Amino acid sequence: MSLDTVKHATGTPDVEQPWKELGLKEDEYARIREILGRRPTGAELAMYSVMWSEHCSYKSSKVHLRQFGEKVPENDAMLVGIGENAGVVDVGQGYAVTFKVESHNHPSYIEPYQGAATGVGGIVRDILAMGARPVAVVDPLRFGAAEHPDTKRVLPGVVAGIGGYGNCLGLPNIGGEVVFDECYQGNPLVNAGCIGVMKHEDIHLAKASGPGNKVILYGARTGGDGIGGVSVLASETFESTGPAKRPAVQVGDPFQEKLLIECTLEIFKEKLVAGIQDLGGAGLSCATSELASAGSGGMRVDLETVPLRDATLSPEEILMSESQERMCAVVEPQYVERFMEICEKWDVIATVIGEVTDGERLEIFWHGEQIVDVPPRTVAHEGPVYERPYARPSWQDALQADDAGKLPRPSTPQELRAQVLKLVGSPNQASKSWITDQYDRFVQGNTVLAQPEDAGMVRIDEESNLGVAMATDGNGRYAKLDPYAGAQLALAEAYRNVAASGAKPLAISDCLNFGSPEDPDVMWQFAEATRGLADGCLQLGTPVTGGNVSLYNQTGDTAIHPTPVVAVLGVIDDVTRRTPIAFAQEGQLLYLLGDTREEFGGSAWSQVIHDHLGGLPPRVDLDREKLLGEILISASRDGMIDAAHDLSDGGLVQAVVESCLRGGRGARLVVPDGLSAFTFLFSESAGRAVVAVPRSEELRFTDMCGARGLPATRIGVIDGESVELQGEFSVPLAELRQVHEATIPSLLA
Amino acid sequence: MTARIGVVTFPGTLDDRDSLRAVRIAGAEPVSLWHRDKDLKQVDAVVLAGGFSYGDYLRAGAISRFSPVMETVIDQAKAGMPVLGICNGFQVLTESHLLPGAMLRNNHLHFICREQKLRVENAETAWTADYTAGQEISIPLKNMDGRYVADERTLDELEAEGRVAFRYLDFNPNGSLRDIAGITNAAGNVVGLMPHPEHAVEPLIGTGGTDGLGFFTSILKKLVNA
Repeated sequence: MSLDTVKHATGTPDVEQPWKELGLKEDEYARIREILGRRPTGAELAMYSVMWSEHCSYKSSKVHLRQFGEKVPENDAMLVGIGENAGVVDVGQGYAVTFKVESHNHPSYIEPYQGAATGVGGIVRDILAMGARPVAVVDPLRFGAAEHPDTKRVLPGVVAGIGGYGNCLGLPNIGGEVVFDECYQGNPLVNAGCIGVMKHEDIHLAKASGPGNKVILYGARTGGDGIGGVSVLASETFESTGPAKRPAVQVGDPFQEKLLIECTLEIFKEKLVAGIQDLGGAGLSCATSELASAGSGGMRVDLETVPLRDATLSPEEILMSESQERMCAVVEPQYVERFMEICEKWDVIATVIGEVTDGERLEIFWHGEQIVDVPPRTVAHEGPVYERPYARPSWQDALQADDAGKLPRPSTPQELRAQVLKLVGSPNQASKSWITDQYDRFVQGNTVLAQPEDAGMVRIDEESNLGVAMATDGNGRYAKLDPYAGAQLALAEAYRNVAASGAKPLAISDCLNFGSPEDPDVMWQFAEATRGLADGCLQLGTPVTGGNVSLYNQTGDTAIHPTPVVAVLGVIDDVTRRTPIAFAQEGQLLYLLGDTREEFGGSAWSQVIHDHLGGLPPRVDLDREKLLGEILISASRDGMIDAAHDLSDGGLVQAVVESCLRGGRGARLVVPDGLSAFTFLFSESAGRAVVAVPRSEELRFTDMCGARGLPATRIGVIDGESVELQGEFSVPLAELRQVHEATIPSLLA
Repeated sequence: MTARIGVVTFPGTLDDRDSLRAVRIAGAEPVSLWHRDKDLKQVDAVVLAGGFSYGDYLRAGAISRFSPVMETVIDQAKAGMPVLGICNGFQVLTESHLLPGAMLRNNHLHFICREQKLRVENAETAWTADYTAGQEISIPLKNMDGRYVADERTLDELEAEGRVAFRYLDFNPNGSLRDIAGITNAAGNVVGLMPHPEHAVEPLIGTGGTDGLGFFTSILKKLVNA
């Protein structure tokens, strides 16, 4: 086939073009023709199709995401907000931290190992592109029912992929979650988060300014993998009978990425780049159009100079390829030689592929013939925006009316004991160490806390002991019952987890996983969840720094539970003051902080014992969350508590069992006045934590809670080799450990 | 007077900065060594750190063994210079034939990361003199290819000569023969092990213990007193 140049396109307006196959709608294609004043060339069509995909353009979600920029809390920590590769916050002492969570859901279903591996690779490059050294990763995961055969197909590959890639990069994996629910069967959620650290002056942005500056592509050669990944995979519903989509999944090489990281950090150190962008979804189409539209001028690229793994690739394929481990830098001419030297040192291939021009167009040539001539903003930022119709689902009222409080409750101590064991051994509540032990949590030698702690924590300064913490949470069951409250509960839980570790929550990133935006029910869930999250962030004072939306997580008509995953980043001045979850000191007193109500809607108990989902999720009180957070942080800083564990799914009993097993000590508990043993153990009321208080600190601690108006109820003591509820039942730690730790290996190993 | 201890960075080495930190915390002077340089910068001892040098492609440690820096390290080690190989570094040492045996993929085929109990079997090497024979220590372990194997005769020889330096206790995490976690050469200057002492040198960080610090204080004392 002859080359489809700009000149050729102008002269042949009536050529049939495969816009539909590339995932564009008819009116979108018409708009491209209108922008260009002619039909697009094949290369231009390729670029628009990937950049205007749901994944890259956020065309369905944009109108709702705007709230994150409008409802911004007063927070002087924000250095870089939404719109860059990742947001950046000030954590003090001249340090800045950048962090973000992204999804790699669809590729991970098709090809679990590579899908998950390249998910890690992509988020790490986003963080690197901001100028930061990546220091930790986290992985919030959702799979189908634990005993379903497809979970056994997908999960081991995903876990091995995350480990295989992340371990080889030398990034400690410090947190995340693993949740099973049949709604994720066929639509696993593989979200990946990364934290990076830099000094304020090292922040880099994705822009191409300064005519004459060189555009350098460096890293791996470009191959035929991942072509159309964003438009085909991430932006469409799976049809069970459709063709195999494997070629659209990228293949990762973590060794190459490790070299890319070290090479890029050395380049940053010598201040050699004027702008930088990683190549992820939409590959070169994205990098060139985003760099050019953020800069002052235009850009010219000679596409035949791109180093290829497969010499037969067409220009369209080169523009669309999502080959991993590539970066694009804009470099002043006098620095090019030194830039190349550093790349050579790290055995990284680097090629000047073009330069910044003083025009306003992105122009791409193929052996001297022009194949792209577009205004870059129309590709990168001025894609279609949809006001998708949405409406409260007709079934929502019936779902909420199906109150979990009416479910039969255990009536004898024996029954209560049996349900406790069933709960702590259920797949969602069981120990995940079989999974997390496949990730390196020690590398870099700065890990202070890692899973199964409430939050992961790494030290970022060895002299001052400054550290950062992160927790990710998202309960799809709560969000299904009430997406507005569900999103706020995800935020509240991650916030609480960070505070429980002793760190002060600063800002959030989110990964919004939903079904098809073309379904008004789903779009309503999305609208409610984003509204809830934006309102919640405003109230808690934690701005949204960036994030990711993953839509079309559904097979046929069945969407996943709405699953907003929230990552909260916190800072701690001195990591030696961190609070672990372990109950380790015999004789310390256990206090329950917060109010316990009859709240079982969406609870782990209702799922494990009754396979039930209905009613309302726990009540949200963000002022209470804030107060609880302040108390936990003060108590940690002033040495008033030795352990803290947030209460969430599974309620008090789950938290106590985890803390006892972690510390190797038992606990004797007493049911407080006014509560039934059942409600005490299994309620999932939000805004609560359990803490271990040394006897010498009891008065000081209770005085502080009293003065601040936070209910603190003494519920027991760390003691013995069992978890005992006085007058009801007792379970030896050994039995709890057996039940808690055997489940996951027996299902998956 | 202190000692200069070098840490080699191969492409794909991950724990080089951790090892440099451990050297510094022990009180020695850390020196970065680069795989392309034959020059060891007058260091008194060398640490081959953990990671995935050259991506572990071909076989863990197989490519690094042919790097310029290893030419000098191998010569100097044979002449008595202390060398410690941790994890991937241990794999490089067996590939270099400075230590016998080889490492296979873990018997359960998964990467494994855990706090691991070890028994120090030989407290007379250059890197273990600060421990006592029979001492139990707990340090992180993290590997994919950590299953130590050798033929029966070699294993018997190692045992007879007291060259099994460390053994896994309570749990063998990778299927290593005779629970071997680390070995030494006959002269006691070259030691290799799979677990990571450099991750256990500070309270609160990693496992929260400092059981690994002894490796670095052992070598420092030996070099300073030499």
